[in-house]
Amino acid sequence: MSIPRQVTRPNPSARSLARGLGWFSIGLGVVQLVAPRQVARFIGMPGSDGLIRACGLREIATGVGILLADDPKPWIYGRIGGDALDLGCLGWSIEHGREPANAAIAAGAVAGITALDLGCARALDAERLPLTEWDFGDRSGFPSGTAQARGSVEPEFAAARAEPNGYPPAQLH
Amino acid sequence: MRALRWHGKHDIRCDDHLPDPTIEDPRDAIIKVSSCAICGSDLHLYDGFMPGMKHGDIMGHEFMGEVMEVGSANKKLKVGDRVVVPFTIVCGECEQCRRGNFSVCERTNRNKDIADKVFGHSTAGLYGYTHLTGGYAGGQAEYVRVPYADVGPVVIPNGLTDEQVLFLGDIFPTGWQAAAQCDIQPTDTVAVWGAGPVGQFAIRSAVMMGAEQVVCIDNVPERLSMARAGGAITINFDEESVVERLAELTRGKGPEKCIDSVGMEAHASGSLDSMYDRAKQALMLETDRPHVLREMIYVCRPAGIISIPGVYGGLIDKIPFGAAMNKGLTFRMGQTHVNRWTDDLLKRIQEGQIDPSFVITHTVSLEQGPEMYKTFRDKHDGCIKVVLKP
Repeated sequence: MSIPRQVTRPNPSARSLARGLGWFSIGLGVVQLVAPRQVARFIGMPGSDGLIRACGLREIATGVGILLADDPKPWIYGRIGGDALDLGCLGWSIEHGREPANAAIAAGAVAGITALDLGCARALDAERLPLTEWDFGDRSGFPSGTAQARGSVEPEFAAARAEPNGYPPAQLH
Repeated sequence: MRALRWHGKHDIRCDDHLPDPTIEDPRDAIIKVSSCAICGSDLHLYDGFMPGMKHGDIMGHEFMGEVMEVGSANKKLKVGDRVVVPFTIVCGECEQCRRGNFSVCERTNRNKDIADKVFGHSTAGLYGYTHLTGGYAGGQAEYVRVPYADVGPVVIPNGLTDEQVLFLGDIFPTGWQAAAQCDIQPTDTVAVWGAGPVGQFAIRSAVMMGAEQVVCIDNVPERLSMARAGGAITINFDEESVVERLAELTRGKGPEKCIDSVGMEAHASGSLDSMYDRAKQALMLETDRPHVLREMIYVCRPAGIISIPGVYGGLIDKIPFGAAMNKGLTFRMGQTHVNRWTDDLLKRIQEGQIDPSFVITHTVSLEQGPEMYKTFRDKHDGCIKVVLKP
């Protein structure tokens, strides 16, 4: 009889999303590192180059962490914390900054990414829940065993019938 | 009578008090269904990927049962016969039927005009599979009208259970034809994408036809364990690279024969082309997701054969046809010519060479059918094949 067992499995979709978020982190971090002045000006916080660079370093660190770790979940939580900080800064900029409209656009984008981060974290968290997995290793379908079934059919016989128009009408009925 | 009916995407219900079918043509028969099954291709209807379904259509094309009534011109069947009904409806008389090309019978599709417009030329009528293929009532019901019942149905001798013979109507000959189309040689590596029911039968057929090695690609542990039981080497595409592993198994030359038992709803987590397909599908710019087809063309050994039993419904995009042409690949595909194979396969079951019941993981009542569609679609509870008992 086939045997059920309790197992935990990685969720490939969540892992794949995590990898995507990791690369996104690194990409955003590089932009913040190499062009902090432009980023700061866009969100209406000129003169905050140091803060933007720090954010860039944080993004790169979490991105690398996600891509290298066997379990990316803590790093995804790290991204969620970073998202909260970013939203706080952007909120301040909407209220007090020089480019409230740009800051609002950026806040919207960060909110979207935060939703992805939260979804990813939730899916990764669910990996610890046990699933029932069946082992069907006893279901060969060959009553006399696989070894005996191997090569038991004349392949030419089967292939001849598979030919388009290759099955003589006399044999049909 | 009771039957499972399609009421929309993800909405299949077991409806009661439906009128029993009646003889409409002297060649008809009425069958009382003893067992029927949910097929992987029924999931394309469940998920709303196949056009042409109407509210209230009866589902199902894998069924068998007892003959209750026979039309006056039907000399093949008699009341009380136990029959398996192939999913393709065949007249046995048209030019295609006479050549054994049963799945493209020229006469049985009642909606030939629609099919002609969509496909260029009509194919055979099918049970419970859209109005493009005739709009015939399906077999997930207590009773079914079987048109042209003096040709298609296979009379089952005593001594065999429903579970042993039910799959003669579709998935067993489908897997068999997929392997037979590969013209398997003793030195061949046959790679089978998809370890669902058709894939399982394709694996066993390729093993029986003497392939040197059969490789199965999937990501569901239960299905992979069943594939290994049938004699396949398995590749879990979530855990390793399909391209690299196939190269390793074939000394870098690629498999000679590739079988696509997946079709239009490929689930390839994380690959760029599958994300592209999903985006295009969402924008209604593409109907099918052909990740498996692309991968097969890429890995197949030059001059190899690509056999496609998996169902495609419409338009596919970004097929590397340059690779296919330059590698000299042969493509063989199509709905199964079931009646070409049934006499031979029935004999093999009787002789104990193979017992198709190995694939059944769930047996439930017709009332539980709607929930089993979801269980089967989501591959929950180790579900590989569902048999319904009306």
